[in-house]
Amino acid sequence: MGANAVNGAASAVAFAAPAVTMRDISVDFTRDRNTIRVLKDIDVAIPTEAFIAMLGPSGCGKSTLLRVVSDLVRPAKGSVSVFGKSAVEARRNREIGFVFQDATLLPWRTVIDNVRLPLEIKEGASRIAGSYSPEEMLALVGLDGRHNAYPHELSGGMRQRVAIARALICRPRLLLMDEPFGALDELTRDKMNEELLRIWRETRTTILFVTHSIAEATYLGQQVMVMAANPGRIRETVPIDFGDDRSPAVRDTPQFLAYTARLRRLLEAH
Amino acid sequence: MVADTMQSIAPRFKWSSVFLSYPALLTLIVIVAVWEGAIRFFHVPDYIAPAPSVVALELVRQLPNLAVNVVPTLLEALGGFAIGNLSAVLIAVAMVRSPFVEKCFYPIAVFIQSVPMLAIAPILVLLFGTGYTPKVTVAALICFFPTLVNMVRGLKAINPQAFELMRVLSASNSEIFFKLRLPSSLPFLFAALKVTAPSAMIGAIVGEWIGSRYGLGAMILEATYNFRAPMLYATIFVATSIAMALFGIVGLVERRIIRWRVGDVY
Ligand SMILES: Nc1ncnc2c1ncn2[C@@H]1O[C@H](COP(=O)(O)OP(=O)(O)O)[C@@H](O)[C@H]1O
Ligand SMILES: [Mg+2]
Repeated sequence: MGANAVNGAASAVAFAAPAVTMRDISVDFTRDRNTIRVLKDIDVAIPTEAFIAMLGPSGCGKSTLLRVVSDLVRPAKGSVSVFGKSAVEARRNREIGFVFQDATLLPWRTVIDNVRLPLEIKEGASRIAGSYSPEEMLALVGLDGRHNAYPHELSGGMRQRVAIARALICRPRLLLMDEPFGALDELTRDKMNEELLRIWRETRTTILFVTHSIAEATYLGQQVMVMAANPGRIRETVPIDFGDDRSPAVRDTPQFLAYTARLRRLLEAH
Repeated sequence: MVADTMQSIAPRFKWSSVFLSYPALLTLIVIVAVWEGAIRFFHVPDYIAPAPSVVALELVRQLPNLAVNVVPTLLEALGGFAIGNLSAVLIAVAMVRSPFVEKCFYPIAVFIQSVPMLAIAPILVLLFGTGYTPKVTVAALICFFPTLVNMVRGLKAINPQAFELMRVLSASNSEIFFKLRLPSSLPFLFAALKVTAPSAMIGAIVGEWIGSRYGLGAMILEATYNFRAPMLYATIFVATSIAMALFGIVGLVERRIIRWRVGDVY
């Protein structure tokens, strides 16, 4: 039932090898001697260079899914492959960038030193295909001139820009984003969404973007994977097709509203 | 006319603004005034409780004597501060890196914490004689425990998301330690250093009480045995000022190093 993401809007890239393949993934957590199945039978293929949004109620296992892809959580069963390798290998090769809900900047480091952090970690450094310079990254995310600021001197939106620069500096082929703009006000969030699309086009990175905002998922995703809770599973994958038009104005079209209405019905269904 | 304008432009010293920014100063002045007034009114003799003015006079008179005796006490306090805190930090690091080390040391650390310092000081005099060593040891022991506890807490209090970030980057344990744990612990370390800086003075003075012919501790004992209350008060005043100065210096260093607000997530 639509769980396989290789269809619809991404058909242009669907024939390339998938960036992420998850086969039959289940994840269990044990709490107070009870084992809870947090994710059940997840079967997904994410096409290379796609922008996939994941939408779901909180607690349905979105973060856990990203953690499985980035080898932070081992699934109880099933297999993950990232660019044809195991998740461990992809992580060690720095092929995965991660942006969290909080920017998670190290407060004792300046902006540029935060962006540089991944380059200072030895493991995998030799295997990086070729990294950007911190200056290039800050220019990419539009933070020229704030190199020596400290995180507490920046606004929430600027901090997430730094976090994105840090996640992309090793040229990962896959960028995982876990509600990165969830804490921002709506205007800043819209602006960051536009910037993120620009960065996606410029870097051709595959992006898996978790959000609980229907509008954000619709605006960003070529496909929106709608998840359901208890146990966490993928209810349906909705291709979003605005043609080539991803200008901010698309948010006001009837087509956009039709998509958000459909996604809302899927989210509310039990 | 010219004088008038000059006066209005030049910043004038105003007592009211000083008191507004430091209300405690006003409290202090009131306390000293009441103290002075009460002693004079009730004709309390100097050897029981001296008036602040008498203490101030004695302070000036004893200045050379105090200056000579401050040096050993300060050296003992600084030595104990350095040794106690350094060993606490190193053991905390070892404890956080290895649960086995934690199990080996933590009960002993709690035991050391529970030993009353006044009781342990004579043992140290028997062990180390009457030189600097027993005083430095008392000061070090007093500093040790608060720093150990805070440092262990600080090294463990890392932001879980930052930890995941390091794991996604495949950082090694020592990279996680030096790039994440150690810097995260600094606010906790400084909180402990601020507490232990004045404690180190107490340790040095207590050490001197047990067996010493020099230092502020010895002066306190001498003043007490000879009913020289003004000298006793003057000595305590000097000891307190030094403890406060040590506290202030640690605070200044802290402000230069820690520019972020603890508990905030960036
Ligand atoms: N480390 C963990 N241990 C136990 N339970 C967990 C852990 N991490 C997440 N969970 C549980 O798994 C479920 C899914 O969590 P999560 O993936 O964070 O959801 P989402 O990101 O969609 O809000 C939640 O019910 C949460 O309580
Ligand atoms: Mg989440």
